[in-house]
Amino acid sequence: MLSILADTMFFPPERSTVAGSVDGLFDFIYYLSLFFFVLIIGAMIYFVLKYYQRPGHTETPSPSHNEALEITWSVIPSILVGVIFFFGFTGYLNVREAPENAYEIQVIASKWNWVFKYPNGAESSDLHIPVDRDVKFLLQSQDVLHSFYIPAFRIKMDCVPARYTSTWARATHTTGSGIDDSGHAPLRLFCAEYCGEQHSKMHRGVFVHETADFDQWVEKAANILENNPPEIAGEILFKRKGCAQCHSVEGDNSAKYPGPPLNGQWGTERQVIPRGSSSPITVTMDENYVRQSIRQPNSEIVVGRKPGMTVFTPQLLKDEEITAIIAYLKSIK
Amino acid sequence: MSTITPETHIDSGHNDDPSSNYLTSSSGFMSWAFTLDHKRIGVMYLVGIFAAFFLGGVLALLLRLHLMVPNGLFGDWVSLNSYNQLFTLHGAVMIFLFIIPSVPAALGNFVLPLMVGAKDVAFPRMNLASFHLWVFGAIFFLIALVTTGLDTGWTFYTPYSIETQTNVIAATIGAFILGFSSIFTGLNFIVTVNTMRPPGMTWFKMPLFMWAIYATAIIQILATPVLGITLLLLMGERILGIGIFDPSMGGDPVLFQHFFWFYSHPAVYIMILPAMGIISELMSVYSRKPIFGYTFIAYSSIAIALLGFLVWGHHMFVSGQSPMAAVIFSGLTFSVSIPSAIKVFNWTATMYKGNINLATPMCYALSFIFLFTIGGLTGLFLGALATDVHLHDTYFVVAHFHYVMMGGTVIAFVGGLYHWWPKMFGVMYNEFFGRLFCAVVFFGFNLTFLPQFVMGSRGMPRRYATYVDEYQIYHVLSTIGALALGIGMVGAIAVLVISLFNGRKAPANPWGAATLEWTCTSPPPYYNFEHAPHVDSPYDYSGLKYDPQIGGYVKDPNAPKPAAGHH
Ligand code: HEM
Ligand SMILES: [Cu+2]
Repeated sequence: MLSILADTMFFPPERSTVAGSVDGLFDFIYYLSLFFFVLIIGAMIYFVLKYYQRPGHTETPSPSHNEALEITWSVIPSILVGVIFFFGFTGYLNVREAPENAYEIQVIASKWNWVFKYPNGAESSDLHIPVDRDVKFLLQSQDVLHSFYIPAFRIKMDCVPARYTSTWARATHTTGSGIDDSGHAPLRLFCAEYCGEQHSKMHRGVFVHETADFDQWVEKAANILENNPPEIAGEILFKRKGCAQCHSVEGDNSAKYPGPPLNGQWGTERQVIPRGSSSPITVTMDENYVRQSIRQPNSEIVVGRKPGMTVFTPQLLKDEEITAIIAYLKSIK
Repeated sequence: MSTITPETHIDSGHNDDPSSNYLTSSSGFMSWAFTLDHKRIGVMYLVGIFAAFFLGGVLALLLRLHLMVPNGLFGDWVSLNSYNQLFTLHGAVMIFLFIIPSVPAALGNFVLPLMVGAKDVAFPRMNLASFHLWVFGAIFFLIALVTTGLDTGWTFYTPYSIETQTNVIAATIGAFILGFSSIFTGLNFIVTVNTMRPPGMTWFKMPLFMWAIYATAIIQILATPVLGITLLLLMGERILGIGIFDPSMGGDPVLFQHFFWFYSHPAVYIMILPAMGIISELMSVYSRKPIFGYTFIAYSSIAIALLGFLVWGHHMFVSGQSPMAAVIFSGLTFSVSIPSAIKVFNWTATMYKGNINLATPMCYALSFIFLFTIGGLTGLFLGALATDVHLHDTYFVVAHFHYVMMGGTVIAFVGGLYHWWPKMFGVMYNEFFGRLFCAVVFFGFNLTFLPQFVMGSRGMPRRYATYVDEYQIYHVLSTIGALALGIGMVGAIAVLVISLFNGRKAPANPWGAATLEWTCTSPPPYYNFEHAPHVDSPYDYSGLKYDPQIGGYVKDPNAPKPAAGHH
């Protein structure tokens, strides 16, 4: 009965696997404190009522110390705080160390914004996670201290500039259904470390999805094609898929880049050596040439370069994505 | 050694009329501003810190009014900045200008030399310098307040404090100067207690208030320099960009937190230990019982002072410090909680079989036990790592530290003030109104801060100018409580001030206390004592008889001598 009272009074709903044990410890300390509080205040009130100054009443001598009593009331609380300490630190180590194979989300805090980055490249400003799966949050800050706090999960960790910190959670309940925000009642995510003017505005929603919904959501969020004009989508893909690691888009033809530069090349001619041949032929940089260079990069190598580019199969790069990249390459001068 | 006299050319105008006292011995602004008399310095501190308390209190009420509605009572965008400045200045004024000097510098200054039966503290000039430094420090705070304000929180955390456009420099200079003021006070008390105790007053015959002040003084001189250095480094960071805290220059912001809390956690004990000393005196005097477990209370003050240096990391459990460090700091934190708990048991046990006088100071002492117990017990939730992760930087913490600082220190301070008021100013206040406002303060206080435990554990972060609707009910309760608390505090102070004009003349010993300050007249003469006082046990009430004629207690010359070493 009392515990029901304490639960509803003190806590937001328990929505992660660790929340139960944190609340359990909270309850334990709470009842222990209540017990000692009633004991001390009860004794105090009793003494006041019994011994208050009234006509004819005087103090009676009593010992001014009592070793047995003092030792008892030192040792018992010491043992009790030892117990609290123990459960406190086991619970804590648990939230500090993410389980292996946790799904990892990068959290980037700045004044006064949160960016969440998912492994497939999706980005969002509210947090979306799958239910029943360990999720590790890798925290960063771009400016001052912030703190990543989700009350329903009972987790909090500071985001420190120039340093990575992390925490994790496994959500136990979804916040709704469907990949659309409107089907959800999101949990709250707060910034808990004072960070300047709009500190108190730095809160966001946490959406917990069914696994299948989450996969769809994150796929859609990563699906840049639908949400951008083709050149922009192509540029994002060019960077994200790793093209930019080997190809300069600033005309740098040096050996720093294994591949030839790609800006300003559209429609120009170049000398290539087809596989198995020794004499170069001339080709034009057009849609088909680009597509072929991505799907079978080593079939025709530009004179002076070595074969070595990754073969981008349709799993790595879809046809529509190639189309977007082509649009991008056309656009860079 | 103990014959240092405070006399100088400035004081030479004091008159030798036996009916004169320290208040009337000389007059004029200069006779106060440059006095070397510890009693006058204590009174000036009292006036100063109450001005600071009033300023901090007005800021607190503005904060609470603003938080009545989720978007802020005073509008939205404009007010985010103002709110941040309000909570920063409220916290900084309360901590640096009010609570740290409150008990030691105001009450301690007045009472301590009287308790040792001395004419003054060991270094009267240093004592005066400490007050003047306090005034300078306060001026720098006011400069920060009226120029661009300050919005870093009283903790000055980097890198925000390096970037903000507000007047961090003025505030840090202020805090730096106040640090010296605090060190001077501490140094003075240590030397006074070590060298000026009268023959017969062994360490274990010292009143517990002296033990508490002594322990506090140790912290003041050991910890404060660290704050000074930290603040200097922060200034260097802002002005010269030396790059030890600034991550964009390879510095470490978490290092700042270590430095800062290495001072500021012990500072919490600078605030609470003297308050505990007051409570030890009050519980004993108003129960007419020797304090229970004297030796433990005495040693535990020192233990708390020393252990208090080892627990600073418990402010940083989610800062990214290593889990190992967090575990060690958590363990040490619990080790400090035990001496505090036992003190509470001892105070309560002191009432057993006593003759409890529910005068206003005792009402404050009982109120202290109630509130400080809540403050202490809620500390367990924060010392335990797993629960702290959830509660850290929420209103649970705000409620916890207000229970300790305001429910503990401020309540004890006001109780002590009521207790020593007749000695300080030679007048009795009105008991009825004294108790009435004590009750108003008690209820207002609980209504203000109990709801904050609930909203904090439900996730309401602190230092928020606006908040989500679900927390509003708690904020409304809290604001109503704060208004009641404000009325109670103003009333409590008014009762004392009014007594200056119409109070009955106070006898030398109105409460029947056995410590030495009650053996001189009220208010004390310029040199404190007409004759060197005779040292008895500080908690032996057997020889004191109430004399209705003078309305106070007198020593019964026929009373049996107390058995030596009663404790
Ligand atoms: C009338 C009584 C008081 C009320 C209503 C009150 C109210 C408040 C409020 C609303 C805050 C802001 C909480 C936040 O958002 O973090 C606050 C912060 C604070 N208060 Fe009080 N307060 C009172 C008295 C005191 C006293 C007596 C002290 C100390 C002696 C004190 C010390 C502090 C400190 C250190 C902070 C933190 C400031 C910061 O976060 O930088 N308060 N108080
Ligand atoms: Cu933030």
